[in-house]
Amino acid sequence: MANELPGHGGDATVNDGLGGVVSDWSADRQTFPVPWGKAMMWIFLLSDTFIFGSFLTSYMTVRMTTTVPWPNASEVFALTIAGNHVPLLLIAIMTFVLITSSGTMALAVNYGYRRDKKKTAMLMLATAALGATFVGMQAFEWTKLIVEEGVRPWGNPMGAAQFGSTFFMITGFHGLHVSAGVVYLLVVARRVMNGFYDRKGTYETVEVTGLYWHFVDLVWVFIFAFFYLW
Amino acid sequence: MSQTEGQQHPLSIYLWIWLLLFVLSAFSYMVDYYQLQGMLRWSLILLFMVLKAGFIIAIFMHMAWERLSLIFAILVPPLCLLVLVALMSAEADYTFLTRLKLFSD
Repeated sequence: MANELPGHGGDATVNDGLGGVVSDWSADRQTFPVPWGKAMMWIFLLSDTFIFGSFLTSYMTVRMTTTVPWPNASEVFALTIAGNHVPLLLIAIMTFVLITSSGTMALAVNYGYRRDKKKTAMLMLATAALGATFVGMQAFEWTKLIVEEGVRPWGNPMGAAQFGSTFFMITGFHGLHVSAGVVYLLVVARRVMNGFYDRKGTYETVEVTGLYWHFVDLVWVFIFAFFYLW
Repeated sequence: MSQTEGQQHPLSIYLWIWLLLFVLSAFSYMVDYYQLQGMLRWSLILLFMVLKAGFIIAIFMHMAWERLSLIFAILVPPLCLLVLVALMSAEADYTFLTRLKLFSD
């Protein structure tokens, strides 16, 4: 199968499949037939993958090496609602909030390419609002942990001291990403509204913003699995 | 719409994946809620995690529709992290055993 690609001179036809990989890399032209902003965002996300990957690996290492029992996340993050003890409730809600925001972002990208300014901007604002909600819930979670449970980066009453240091480092870094993403979304949503991308002639920036936002959700999938559930 | 640009796909696919992510998240929460333990717990956590991550990358991030050259460039390098995990778990086992031996009395 052969098709035409942007960035390949327009008249160039290239193969798909493994042969396509060889021709993409070996032909004397742009390797990735995507807008440069998108390629650069992917490469940034690749580097970010290594940061979070290293954080989670160091978490694995300290958890495996400690001779003191690891605090039970299911208990530590439980909430008591109307007298019922529900394990991990807040974290489950945070997970659903983040997935919902990923959904609204995916729709925003779609409406962006349909040149529907209003819906795109509204969906991006909804995404930003959900992101801000997530950060707010995280602030609540941190406060509860620090004030009520007495968790510190250097120790806690429930068990291994490394619990606090890895928890604050990993979720803190993720929360920072979410906060930065909210600002990023607001900036791009404002530009959608004032017609910046109509003048530019493309809404690819919305998709690039979406890549970042979905990555933040993606990282949370791993944090949820390894830190909260394991 | 006179021209096609970027990644355009029917809305329904996003809504289906969105629903699927909700269901998978509910499943992974259930793993904790019903306090499954041992290998069953760990394999289910990993299964739901990989499925969720896969759908987010493939559909929401449009990786499924990118060319293989980009897919390889982005998805192959993180495999190095698996090597790091393997190295560090071997090292962690050693540290743990050393601590057991030296800290136990």
